[in-house]
Amino acid sequence: MADRFFAFIHNVYAQAIPSPDTETLFWLCATIVAFVVGMRIQIRLKRAPWANPVLFAIVVVSTALFITKTPYDVYFRSVRIIHFLLGPATVALAIPLADSIRQVTRSLPAMVLALLAGSVTSVVSGVLLVVAFGGSHEVALSMAPKAVTTPIAIAITQQIGGTPALTAAFAILGGIIAAMIGETTLRRLGIHDWRAHGLAAGIAGSGIAAAQVAQRDPVGAAFAALGIGLNGLVTAIIVPLLLYILPG
Amino acid sequence: MPEAFLTLLLFQFLGVVAQRALALPIPGPVIGMFLLAGMLLWRKARQKNAPDGEVAADAPAASPALSALARSLIACLGLLFVPAGVGLVTELPVLGVNAVPIVASLFGSTVLGLLVTAFVMHRATHDASAPERVSDADGQVL
Repeated sequence: MADRFFAFIHNVYAQAIPSPDTETLFWLCATIVAFVVGMRIQIRLKRAPWANPVLFAIVVVSTALFITKTPYDVYFRSVRIIHFLLGPATVALAIPLADSIRQVTRSLPAMVLALLAGSVTSVVSGVLLVVAFGGSHEVALSMAPKAVTTPIAIAITQQIGGTPALTAAFAILGGIIAAMIGETTLRRLGIHDWRAHGLAAGIAGSGIAAAQVAQRDPVGAAFAALGIGLNGLVTAIIVPLLLYILPG
Repeated sequence: MPEAFLTLLLFQFLGVVAQRALALPIPGPVIGMFLLAGMLLWRKARQKNAPDGEVAADAPAASPALSALARSLIACLGLLFVPAGVGLVTELPVLGVNAVPIVASLFGSTVLGLLVTAFVMHRATHDASAPERVSDADGQVL
């Protein structure tokens, strides 16, 4: 029954999409619709961070790809423009950063301390937990740089012998986890400072968690931006060092 | 608006070129972000020092158009991760084999990283200045 339903949808899709242009339009619209619906749901749920619209959109679009038998390559080619905008959006974080520069310079020593502590914790606990739960060597290595923004993570993982595709997947999944539970957990522990929230999101969850904080507060956006940039630098230096020290 | 978008693209371009030329371990757009922030602050400082111009200390550093564009881009930052995120599907077989250590490690180390960073930051900044409260207004601030 379900099979026949999927086949029917696939037929409709195959006939309605005659050219690459309509394909591009279709997947662009589908991606944005999925994200907007996810956002509406999140707002409806009193902005609960666990109702993450990124995760919602990923699940919806993946299901749609499965039903329409569309390969990921074709999908990615269609929505390339959305992916491309990540660059300018990252540069745009300079504006909240410049606007909050006084708070940044005032808390610079604390930030450096928190950055080092957070980076080391993230790398060491990531590797050790994989080993403790019986994961393979390859997975452990690919886990090490997962907290930094994806391009840096991939460069590091290649250097230490991990698998780039795995690291990219871990970076995205880690970011989703941080975005879903980060704010609630920190608030429950009595941390109500946007500077701490932003920095933690930028360091432990990179882009996706930073996006969650950045939408909510300009100071949080500034510290998240700094967290992403500085953590990339620190992790690139400490991962090879730590792996040299850690056994295995 | 076109100027604002050009500014972002130009600084991304500068960042990418700088990254290539100097073989830096940071992605081009992140370098572009630091460069643009530097440029905005430099321009603001110059305006303040000009004989006729007195700029309020908390005045926005960017032009209204650039601020507006940045705000809209950051507001939908999450959407921009969806295309890469859907790529997870292609990794599902590999992820499934090592599911237990992967889930444990992702949860454990992400939570630990968040906690340690926020806790150190919170402790170290506690006395320095009054913390800004996380507002409970459920409208988007930015």
